[in-house]
Amino acid sequence: MNKVLFFAHLRDEAGEESVQLDLAGKTVADVKAIVAEIYGLQKLDSAMTAINEEFASNEEVIKEGDVIAFIPPVSGG
Amino acid sequence: MMYEIAKDPIDIQAVIDKVVQREAGAITTFIGTVRELTKGKKTLYLIYEAYEPMAVKKLEQIGTEIKERWEGAEVAITHRVGKLDITDVAVVIAVSTPHRADAYEANRYAIERIKEIVPIWKKEHWEDGQEWIGNQLETVAYPSGKPEEGDLNE
Repeated sequence: MNKVLFFAHLRDEAGEESVQLDLAGKTVADVKAIVAEIYGLQKLDSAMTAINEEFASNEEVIKEGDVIAFIPPVSGG
Repeated sequence: MMYEIAKDPIDIQAVIDKVVQREAGAITTFIGTVRELTKGKKTLYLIYEAYEPMAVKKLEQIGTEIKERWEGAEVAITHRVGKLDITDVAVVIAVSTPHRADAYEANRYAIERIKEIVPIWKKEHWEDGQEWIGNQLETVAYPSGKPEEGDLNE
């Protein structure tokens, strides 16, 4: 299983802070499509993705146990 | 800890003290504060949220980048999360270097990088509503899924 984390407006839209999904073997792009579909997220395309707290490209493949986080454009500072 | 996410008000002097070094001829401090008016719109307060473990890692990365670019630099950064009122301190960046020009440049670099790669978000609360900033205008998009080289060096 994989833990998937939502932040900021994505968390508001998904209505969840984190969910458990079985995503091993899928690419980040696949995961975005799946998650956008399940949770009705409109703006997932503009979010970055992190795997285990490091930015990941759309081609990267998810492994069992990886923690996936969707990072909307940041606004700290 | 040189890089922190803080739930309580930031002790500015404590951040500065972390970069004191005998080799330094300068310490620059950047204090980011909550502004009341943005393009004429009045902010009541902000909520900052962080993906904390990754945010700390990315602050560390910024520190590493600075040390590679400016020799002899020491860096400390603390970013606040939670509810912040107007004039509250959101972020403190302290940089010490042997010479002053580097301390100014490196400090500027740190705040610009925070705005690019550190997973922290602010939600603006106005009299007539609220909104997470950084998304709604869709001025920043990452079609490849992560920041491009160009995005990171702007």
